Amino acid sequence: MTQLWIIGGYLALLLLLGLFASRLFRGTTEDYMLASHSIGPFLLLMSLFGTTMTAFALVGSTGQAFKSGIGVYGMLASSSGIIHSLCFFVLGIRLWSLGRKHGYTTQIQFFRDRLESDRLGLLLFPILVGLVIPYLLIGVMASGSVINGVTQGRMVDGEVVDPTFPEGTFPAFLEQGTRGFAVDGSKGGVPRQLASLVICGVVLIYVFIGGMRGTAWANAFQTIVFMVLGVVAFIVIAGKLGGQDSFLANLQAIAQHVPREKLTRVGISKLQFATYLLVPLSVGMFPHLFQHWLTARSANSFKLPVVLHPVFIMIVWVPCVLIGVWATSDLIQLPPPVRANPNIVLPFMVKRLAGPVLSGLLSAGILAAIMSSLDSQFLCLGTLFTEDMVVHYGGKDRFTDRQVVLMARSFIVAIVALTYFFSLFDPRGVFTLGVWCFSGFASLFPLVFAAVYWKRLTKVGSYASVLAAIGTWCYLFYQSNFAAQESFTVHFDLGGSTYHVMPVLAMFVNALVALVVVSLITRPPSDETLQKFFPDPSAPS
Amino acid sequence: MSRVIWILILLLIILHQDNWFWADPHLVFGFMPVGLFYHACLSVAAAIVWWLAIRYAWPGDLDSGEPERLEVSRQKRTAGLSETHPSTPSGDMA
Repeated sequence: MTQLWIIGGYLALLLLLGLFASRLFRGTTEDYMLASHSIGPFLLLMSLFGTTMTAFALVGSTGQAFKSGIGVYGMLASSSGIIHSLCFFVLGIRLWSLGRKHGYTTQIQFFRDRLESDRLGLLLFPILVGLVIPYLLIGVMASGSVINGVTQGRMVDGEVVDPTFPEGTFPAFLEQGTRGFAVDGSKGGVPRQLASLVICGVVLIYVFIGGMRGTAWANAFQTIVFMVLGVVAFIVIAGKLGGQDSFLANLQAIAQHVPREKLTRVGISKLQFATYLLVPLSVGMFPHLFQHWLTARSANSFKLPVVLHPVFIMIVWVPCVLIGVWATSDLIQLPPPVRANPNIVLPFMVKRLAGPVLSGLLSAGILAAIMSSLDSQFLCLGTLFTEDMVVHYGGKDRFTDRQVVLMARSFIVAIVALTYFFSLFDPRGVFTLGVWCFSGFASLFPLVFAAVYWKRLTKVGSYASVLAAIGTWCYLFYQSNFAAQESFTVHFDLGGSTYHVMPVLAMFVNALVALVVVSLITRPPSDETLQKFFPDPSAPS
Repeated sequence: MSRVIWILILLLIILHQDNWFWADPHLVFGFMPVGLFYHACLSVAAAIVWWLAIRYAWPGDLDSGEPERLEVSRQKRTAGLSETHPSTPSGDMA
């Protein structure tokens, strides 16, 4: 119960922070959605990092390290350190500059203008929203799993011992689980479905009252919380598992008990590892990150995030990966339900090895990481809907402010409700779902890169690229049985050997080829557009 | 200098595809798997390369970012949603 009080206190603190941010609200559109372009280097660093580090980074990385060993760090952490900063450097700064100059708030506004196509927005809108849903799903599922994991009783001979809540506290279908729907029972803890609902509610409230400023502040605060508590968790878990006198001795003692294959990447195909490098390109097309980029006070605000992002990733991921591989050692016995669900390896380790107070604080830290992504995604959905659909097609004078606000919030609530509904079913692995979501966004990277740097990109070429990307994504997602087949790869035969690559490679190549070929054979953009986006530096202003 | 930076970034990407520690279970400092240690070092190296990039390859042609459409962006909304929307392109034949 102590853990629950601490988590509750933390959620209340977040609501207060949103309330405080709302008192500084300047009453303008730019302030609500872009914090009046007032975000400096430190806040930009924390909000960008907090937004990109989600349940995937903590819960997913620990679970995946538990399953397949240390290779997960190279697959997504060190690669992200290179590629994320590359995206900030080559895209973030340019898009910030164009956004400031031409008054963009969303990616779709930029693409409509750059590619001289209003209907491109109609194609991109459902795709961007549709790809955000699995991203939201990761956070919603993981938050419920974490709260349930740290409040569960112990399982002894199939019986729940020391439950936080006695049997009968919650409806039977939540406590015991139902086949196909709410499958896993609560085991004496807060039911996962109820916990997810509370987290969604809290994030919705502070996003609604605080806007982008509240979101940026909450992100910064939560990023500090999860980084500090992550390091504390690592030290505490090492101390409990190792049982030695010093921190280093603990680490050394634990490492001796980890199975040899978890210390290497022997279970991972080298080609698969190489093609993972494309996955972090997703950062270039995340709509919520685009919105965060536009909050920057100046181009110089990007310098700190570009440099420190890889180090911050390392600080968060290395402990999580080590905790994941430690969970495979014979120093700790994971019960079968935990072994079967890698999403709860981290909360299990925290609960088993830290005291109730620390366990509550550490759980709050994990939730901080999850919520610091959910908030940006929620805000971004509302912005996309109002900017690219309601105001764009309805006209700015057709609706009152109150009506527009109501529509935006209703849309956000509808999407969150849909996501929540999906989360009630048989949960997928956070890591697997995350990779599918990121792969979809990564396959749209050629579009945004070409829009910024390639004059010859045409409207028809962009349609072809988007359709090729999303068509390939849908086909392969279906082939993987909607992410149920966790080790799904695309394979091809060459010279008598079969090679396995990540699905993102097929999506990316198809999108790129379609973009280049179709652009080269169709009419180029008008001179007016080219002059607007690629002004001649020698021309008089 | 800018070219050197891009070569360094390319080098980071190549170094990321390490085959040499693939199956090596050696523990650095007695606790850190060498494959993990190598990639953690790569993260630090990336930060150093990006520091060099912002120092020596920062784009000099960046627009100051002053908005062209101040009249739109400054319209007030009491509840905080936008009236800003760039002009709808005409002649969309898609």
